[in-house]
Amino acid sequence: MRPEVALPVLLPLLSGALSLLFWRSRPVQRFISVAGNVALLVVSLWLFASVLQDDYVTMQMGSWPAPFGITLIADMLSAVMILLTALIGLAMGIYSLASTGRGHEKFGYYPLMHLLLAGVAGAFLTGDIFNLYVWFEVMLVASFALLILGGERAQMEGAIKYVTLNLLASVIFLSAVGLLYGTVGTLNMADIALRMNAAEHRGMVEVLAVMFMIAFGIKAAAFPLFFWLPASYHTPTVAVSALFAGLLTKVGVYSLFRVFTLIFDQSMGYLQEIMIWGAVFTMVTGVLGAAAQYEFRRILSFHIVSQIGYMILGLALYTPLAIAGGVFAIGHNIVVKTNLFLISGITHRLQGTYQLKKMGGLFRTRPWLAVAFFISAFSLAGVPPLSGFFAKFVIVRAGFEAEAYVATAIALAVGLMTLYSMVKIWNEVFWKALPEENDVPAEVTPSGDDGRLIKPSLWMMYLPVIVLAGASLMIGLFAEPIMLVMNTIGEQLMSPQGYIEAVLGVTASADDALLEALDTEEVSP
Amino acid sequence: MEPLMALAIGLLYATAIFMMLRRSIVKLVIGLMLLSNAANLLIFTTAGMTRGVPPLIAEGMSQPPPGVADPLPQAVVLTAIVIAFGVLAFAVVLIRRAYEVVKADDLDKMKDTDT
Repeated sequence: MRPEVALPVLLPLLSGALSLLFWRSRPVQRFISVAGNVALLVVSLWLFASVLQDDYVTMQMGSWPAPFGITLIADMLSAVMILLTALIGLAMGIYSLASTGRGHEKFGYYPLMHLLLAGVAGAFLTGDIFNLYVWFEVMLVASFALLILGGERAQMEGAIKYVTLNLLASVIFLSAVGLLYGTVGTLNMADIALRMNAAEHRGMVEVLAVMFMIAFGIKAAAFPLFFWLPASYHTPTVAVSALFAGLLTKVGVYSLFRVFTLIFDQSMGYLQEIMIWGAVFTMVTGVLGAAAQYEFRRILSFHIVSQIGYMILGLALYTPLAIAGGVFAIGHNIVVKTNLFLISGITHRLQGTYQLKKMGGLFRTRPWLAVAFFISAFSLAGVPPLSGFFAKFVIVRAGFEAEAYVATAIALAVGLMTLYSMVKIWNEVFWKALPEENDVPAEVTPSGDDGRLIKPSLWMMYLPVIVLAGASLMIGLFAEPIMLVMNTIGEQLMSPQGYIEAVLGVTASADDALLEALDTEEVSP
Repeated sequence: MEPLMALAIGLLYATAIFMMLRRSIVKLVIGLMLLSNAANLLIFTTAGMTRGVPPLIAEGMSQPPPGVADPLPQAVVLTAIVIAFGVLAFAVVLIRRAYEVVKADDLDKMKDTDT
């Protein structure tokens, strides 16, 4: 019985349910939001400590033995992702107190946020492929509702694309799960991994691999499946944008890492080639898309796509070092990208627009905000000694070791292009003088639907920004212990034997275990 | 039975994709509905279609008789149906709201966020 594996899922569900109970009381919901997210962070630290000690922490739901019931399992990758989720959840919880309008809060902003976190945490922890689908849907439904809170035209248009393509991905995922069950006769991922090697229809296995690649590719916003992302991420309220940017696409990337290291672990030949070039094109199209934009959040949205390319490249190179680098990129990107969106929210509050052309002069008036942006932006571009540098450094080194010279060279060039976009934002928003035609409102405040302005409390917006910028700096300065953790992840993912043993509790082949279980226990599936 | 089901499922997928490629958002949602139905039928079929042998353990036995129908895909399909129902209910409300805001049932008129 290891409660710390289940608690990261249960706590947000509990906070969400409690906030629903206090539907009419804004202050209570705000309190629950912060308290629940603090508790989530504490639990995730507990989980991380357990995983550091024991490598794998598992829990069988309802005490059903492994291939029959649903398993929750945390390896190092899950624990790190949960830790980052909790960190972002807390940052968003505090930021939302100041940035979210009363109209949003009245229509269930906080319960939805908790539900989203529960879905994300569930997806990171589950060891059952159908359960993964269910958590994806929990996450998606919450994100749909958060995306259209407010109901403006742009939000509706963005939401239609977002909903359609994500549902399409879900259906492809679900079909793949169905076919997978038909092929190997189990849904437990560790059990699937064992039986996959013995599967008779190699053609079927390849079809399944491609289906999972497409389904998770859409969710991760990889080339050429990313078009829903830049069409929708800049439309909702900024705290929601930041939460999506930090977590949602990363769940897709996490699933790619999990499925392609655990289930389809044989060298997939041409699939690996496709993945490398998919990653390269993701980087290039994302960064070129960003270069053409002059809206703060749209630039950042395209950079999400571009950064996804690095993570997938880490997976596609398929060496322990490359995977460690890919996971490093995920972690670094969650922190930095969320922070950039949060900063765009503050500049919007200060200057009333997201259009770079209309902004300016913030370096003079808000030097510390400029410093926070500087750290995050240069970290994103991969300037040493910030967190992005080490992520890129490890991937590039792994790329050279794997002799993927062209892909690696392109990855380096994309870093330069990222720098160009970030310098563009820096010049327009912070460096140049404020354009004269922009009558800056003293402080743009979100107003409730009753028209009352909410008292601006900028420190609640600054606090998460400073903490996350500090986190990025710290990841860069203390890269060595973090790299040790990443190396553990790389080794664990590349040798899934430990994962399988942790889930099934046996070293024997799955068929023996299954027969044994059928013989000795009265099993009603 | 299986080949017939396979044909029906393939037809459903094809119809769904065709509907989703139209410009009308109502047809888009109809396409999504058909698509999730097709996926559910697919799961139902891939595990094998067994008739008349329910997975029940007779009194005094500790195992079900051999050759029973597999109940797991049916549980999975039930879950998937519920999820699809919830999500599609959301999608229907979404297209209604989108129609109110955009005043057109046409995806080509929804390009504001693309530029």
